[in-house]
Amino acid sequence: MEIDARGVYYKQLNEQIREAVGRGETRIVLRNVNGQRYIGGGLRGDDVTVEVNGVPGNDLAAFMDGPTVHVMNNAQDGCANTMNAGRLFVHGDAGDVVGYGMRGGSVHVKGHVGYRVGIHMKAYKTQSPVIVAGGTAGDFFGEYLAGGTLVLLGMERDGKPLVGDYCGTGIHGGQIYLRGAYDPYHVSTEHIAVAEADAGEMKAIEKDLEAFAEAFGFTLGEILSEPFTVLRPKSHRPFGDLYVNRP
Amino acid sequence: MRHRWDWSKEISGCGLAGLISRRGRKVSGEVPIRAIANLHDRGNGLGGGFAGYGIYPDYADHYALHTMYYSDQAQDLTEDLLRGHFSIAHSEFIPTRPTEGIGDAPNLWRYFATPRSTRSETEGEADTVMKTVMRVNDEIEGAYIFSSGKNMGAFKAVGFAEDIGRFYRLEEYEGYIWTAHGRFPTNTQAWWGGAHPFCLLDYSVVHNGEISSYGINRRYLEQFDYKCTLQTDTEVMVYLLDLLIRRHGLSIEMACEVLAPPFWKTIDRPDMDPEEAELLEALRITYAPATVNGPFAILFGHSRGLVGFNDRIKLRPMVAAEKDDMLFISSEEAAIHIMCESPDRVWTPQAGHPVIGWLDESVTS
Repeated sequence: MEIDARGVYYKQLNEQIREAVGRGETRIVLRNVNGQRYIGGGLRGDDVTVEVNGVPGNDLAAFMDGPTVHVMNNAQDGCANTMNAGRLFVHGDAGDVVGYGMRGGSVHVKGHVGYRVGIHMKAYKTQSPVIVAGGTAGDFFGEYLAGGTLVLLGMERDGKPLVGDYCGTGIHGGQIYLRGAYDPYHVSTEHIAVAEADAGEMKAIEKDLEAFAEAFGFTLGEILSEPFTVLRPKSHRPFGDLYVNRP
Repeated sequence: MRHRWDWSKEISGCGLAGLISRRGRKVSGEVPIRAIANLHDRGNGLGGGFAGYGIYPDYADHYALHTMYYSDQAQDLTEDLLRGHFSIAHSEFIPTRPTEGIGDAPNLWRYFATPRSTRSETEGEADTVMKTVMRVNDEIEGAYIFSSGKNMGAFKAVGFAEDIGRFYRLEEYEGYIWTAHGRFPTNTQAWWGGAHPFCLLDYSVVHNGEISSYGINRRYLEQFDYKCTLQTDTEVMVYLLDLLIRRHGLSIEMACEVLAPPFWKTIDRPDMDPEEAELLEALRITYAPATVNGPFAILFGHSRGLVGFNDRIKLRPMVAAEKDDMLFISSEEAAIHIMCESPDRVWTPQAGHPVIGWLDESVTS
């Protein structure tokens, strides 16, 4: 079904979406979206697909728990905030704080992502969230990362550094994959172990790279044409000695 | 718009929207009103405002003094002072219309005026205007000059920004630069003078964020005869820009390096050009009390263009877009699509680095 979102306030729009899902709709196409917040927020239903045409507002797919969302344009700040399950595909750029405190599911962004992407993402038992970004990222990529996987591909860089400054600051779980050259100045090795990805580590993200390639028209071959670096925390308590304990 | 506002929660964060036509093509005030209405939920109805440039072509050579009066006495005293130092070509009520959601307006007057004579040989016209603004705002109780540039004006109030735009009948104005602000006050009470933009001469600033260094900045500015009277942190930003750019002769780019200097670790990078490093270090040391600490995204309008500018670590949102000779900057991309159907390019500016749209010289000369 289709919903024309032009001029509809976010609250009514999200009510219409939830109502449609409640009626058993599994494919919802939103037209003329422009700035409405919380689209897909807390939405359930593993078989539900939402296609967003236009620019959705902040906190898209926040707390989402199962559905698949395709944004055909850019997404604003805070998408996949505390998302629990499901898949988000952004066919343009995404803003700041993508996947803040994300707990499960996956986010694939074709283009660039903003600042603080994957901040305090976490994993628990079988829940392990993944964010794959096809372009570059701003500062604080994977800040306080507690679990899950961030992958930054830099397929298009538009003259920007692959990753911004303070990458992985405070990381204490999970892993960050960087494809191709990056500026080591942006990755402090005080708390981060840096190594080239081995076959097992590449195997671990193969499905996520395939999903990226399929969604956005790349081939796995071009994605794998550059070596990947993996960043991991040296400790699960990087600041354990900062305030109280004597090192 | 079929909106039913949700009053049950504050989802907050101030909203900014601005545009410039580099070729000086005039845009109706309707456009910034509709853009800031899209960002309605970023404000909470406790303040908003607009600045427009190119809006007073009939009095383009006069300083447009927008003034709010809370008493007749304040108006009398201010007009006595103005008549003593200025030739006033025209004065009138600022036109408004009764608007739901906008209440208890002070008396709003504007004067198109030129300083009659400067007080000393070293003092220029602009210094006279600045001193007059400071004197009125500081010394005359209940009188505030909230806008004082040539061929530009600020319009602000307590309420939601789009209602404020209607109140001031901004759809009747045309400008080649507009900025708009929806306020979510966090640290001070909402009153008309404390709404954005903050203006001095042709400089105007709308701001999302908070200035932790307000006390230091304010004391520093007092040494240069700036008096902070409007009870909102953003006021220091516009005075700092006036000090650095007009009085100290810094370029806009360099003034931005002062407000949000690179971190020492960046200046100390081994691959940094030594001359560049020396300059940045000198600016940091010379202007330490002018550093603006805290989260901010600002739109800074002036007679030559529009600047969008973020704090160094991007603690507030900002998106920019271009189409032909137009530059658009906003807190959210959605508001840009209200101003421009299909921009050629949309991007996120790098934190701590200004995005500048310059007016063509044919417009400014």
